[in-house]
Amino acid sequence: MIGTQPIDLYARKISDEKQGSVLDGSSKGTEKRYEVLHKDYADPDSLRKLAGAIKDHTLHHLGDYLAKAEAALTKRGAKVHFAATAEDARQEILSILRGHGVTQLTKSKSMAAEEIHLNPFLIENGIECLESDLGEFIVQLDNDEPSHIVKPIIHKNRREIARTFQREGIAADYNDDPETITRRARVHLREKYMLAQAGITGANFVCADTGRLTLVTNEGNSRFGMAPAPVHIALVGIEKVIPREQDLSVFLNLLGRSATGQQLTVYTEFINGPKSANQPDGPEHMHVVFMDNGRTDVLASNCREILRCIRCGACQNVCPVYRQASGHAYRSTYGGPVGAVLSPLLFGDRFPELADLPKASSLCGACNEVCPVDIPIPDLLLRLRDKAKREGVHSPAAVPMTPFSALATSPSLWRTAMTMSKAMNHLPIHVAPIKPLQDWLGQRTLPESRGGDFRKWMKTRQSK
Amino acid sequence: MSTPSVRPLNQRVLLMGTCLCDAFFDDVAKATVEVLEHLGVSVDFPENQTCCSQPAFNSGDWESSRKVARHCAEVFAGEVPVIVPSGSCAAMNRHGNKLQFEEEPNASIDSLAKRTREVIDFIFNDLNIRTWPGKFAQPTRIAFHRSCHSRGTKTGEAVRTLLSSIENAEVVPFGQSEQCCGFGGTFSVTFPHISGQMGTLKLDHMLEIRPDMLVGTDMSCLMHLNGLAQNQGRAIPQFHAIQILRDTLVKPNQSNP
Ligand code: SF4
Repeated sequence: MIGTQPIDLYARKISDEKQGSVLDGSSKGTEKRYEVLHKDYADPDSLRKLAGAIKDHTLHHLGDYLAKAEAALTKRGAKVHFAATAEDARQEILSILRGHGVTQLTKSKSMAAEEIHLNPFLIENGIECLESDLGEFIVQLDNDEPSHIVKPIIHKNRREIARTFQREGIAADYNDDPETITRRARVHLREKYMLAQAGITGANFVCADTGRLTLVTNEGNSRFGMAPAPVHIALVGIEKVIPREQDLSVFLNLLGRSATGQQLTVYTEFINGPKSANQPDGPEHMHVVFMDNGRTDVLASNCREILRCIRCGACQNVCPVYRQASGHAYRSTYGGPVGAVLSPLLFGDRFPELADLPKASSLCGACNEVCPVDIPIPDLLLRLRDKAKREGVHSPAAVPMTPFSALATSPSLWRTAMTMSKAMNHLPIHVAPIKPLQDWLGQRTLPESRGGDFRKWMKTRQSK
Repeated sequence: MSTPSVRPLNQRVLLMGTCLCDAFFDDVAKATVEVLEHLGVSVDFPENQTCCSQPAFNSGDWESSRKVARHCAEVFAGEVPVIVPSGSCAAMNRHGNKLQFEEEPNASIDSLAKRTREVIDFIFNDLNIRTWPGKFAQPTRIAFHRSCHSRGTKTGEAVRTLLSSIENAEVVPFGQSEQCCGFGGTFSVTFPHISGQMGTLKLDHMLEIRPDMLVGTDMSCLMHLNGLAQNQGRAIPQFHAIQILRDTLVKPNQSNP
């Protein structure tokens, strides 16, 4: 049965307010990216290709680079853990926290943590866990889900946020001035920072040669969270490793520009390891948890290029489907083009349920064009569509194609069908009881059929 | 326009008419023949052609689409260029087939990929025609939609340059021109709401510059935009770029029709 996709239904029901925020935020993001990237680089495409090639190389030798990173980190005094699954990662982190007697912590923004729903898990286990990124903090207050990789609350406007702050007692009165909102959050969070016994972060890059972690933020919250806390835990997807420190320049130059149209994010932190004897502050204990959670399966698949992703969100901003539907329509941690590939793959057991995601694309290719690591996203979407078909996964968008191929491989049948299609001009097809046809014709006027006319013309011409 | 060629080129090509021109837009296929012949290229139309296989390919039924693609490669076998008035079908032959035959290499599919050209790209880059001796009777503002399947190809620049060289023509830039029109084949059927919204946004941007016509290189996008515009009461003339080349052409022997 041909039916309408869940993402299309979601887009139909989304409130005008939410849709407006998403459309506006993402369009602006795309414009800023273009402006900043093209102002600074005559040929950004070659830079994107270089970044993609470095990532590709790393993925080809991932085992080696991970081993190198582990050795370097250990030498610097950090403890390295490997977690095969989401559950392993959660348990590992919980046991580290328990080992240090932590009951209260702050967490900076991490998609890896979102992916394994770390927050609710820790809270369930009696650990107070505060999001320190402003957007994620608001998501937490609203019991919401982030809808964008770098702008988790792209779907909210400041009036909603002001209402939340008032409701939650963060502020005594309603005030939707962005600066006031930020100041209020800051006052509230600052107190909590001081009490935190641990800071959890992600990592944008881990350099295999030195083991150094690189973290980019705009609020400085992760750095601030680590200053008073004796324990730092970094949860890192195994694909975040890059070969050498000198490769960082390529990625840092692309990441800020692609994500938010900034030449560089406000804070770029390099974390060398736990606090050394001559450092005045910082965590004495550092744990790095490398998480697989489906990544080696992706590496073994024909969609491995998606592991190059540096989570910049540019593909979300530029995607016309994302702009209409919002990230929430994708029903998983990762929305938009990157999510349409990554989510059905990473959450392998949910593949049938998420197999409609790769169909949520007109295959326009805008995502590939902006991707800082040149991931051929449309190709990957197509491969996943093929996979769904081969594995017999039912999807509401499965337009039956066997009749088409039968027709298109039989020239005489095809020619007859073309000539006959003219009959459609006289049929009331707009009342045919075919739902998708009606939906289509409800919005569009179909051109008049002229089936076979060109062939006739060509024949007379050639016989002249 | 059965004009004698202006420059006998001794070049032969095969025309891939596309299923959409076969069914709806015969004049686009005619214009392709007429312009190419005018340029001294002789055009053959293999009778047994059907479709490039894209509908099945995009919906993920690669077993079906490979059958159609094999048929297509067979019909267009040989050495000469295969010219198609659609960036999307050209992309199917040149790139899509590469994906669906990744695991079963096929020499005739590879050969088709190498020989396929979108028609304006062919005229501009292969025949090296950089200006068009055409003229509009009135100053004409053109909104040109560079369809997504021509992203990263030479078609966009070729169309812009050729159209701009026509006397009285102005190709006017519009907002968010990189955004998709929302057609996407079966996408417009299974995502009717989003597809419609995308098309409406596209029309908003294109019509904002008050063009006299919309021009594209893919009848699929134009059919979708035209269908929407008509339903929304803001219909506007729409043409394939090849029709503009034919219709504006100032023929050297114009005095004797
Ligand atoms: S897929 Fe590319 S554009 Fe999208 S988030 Fe990842 S790196 Fe950025």
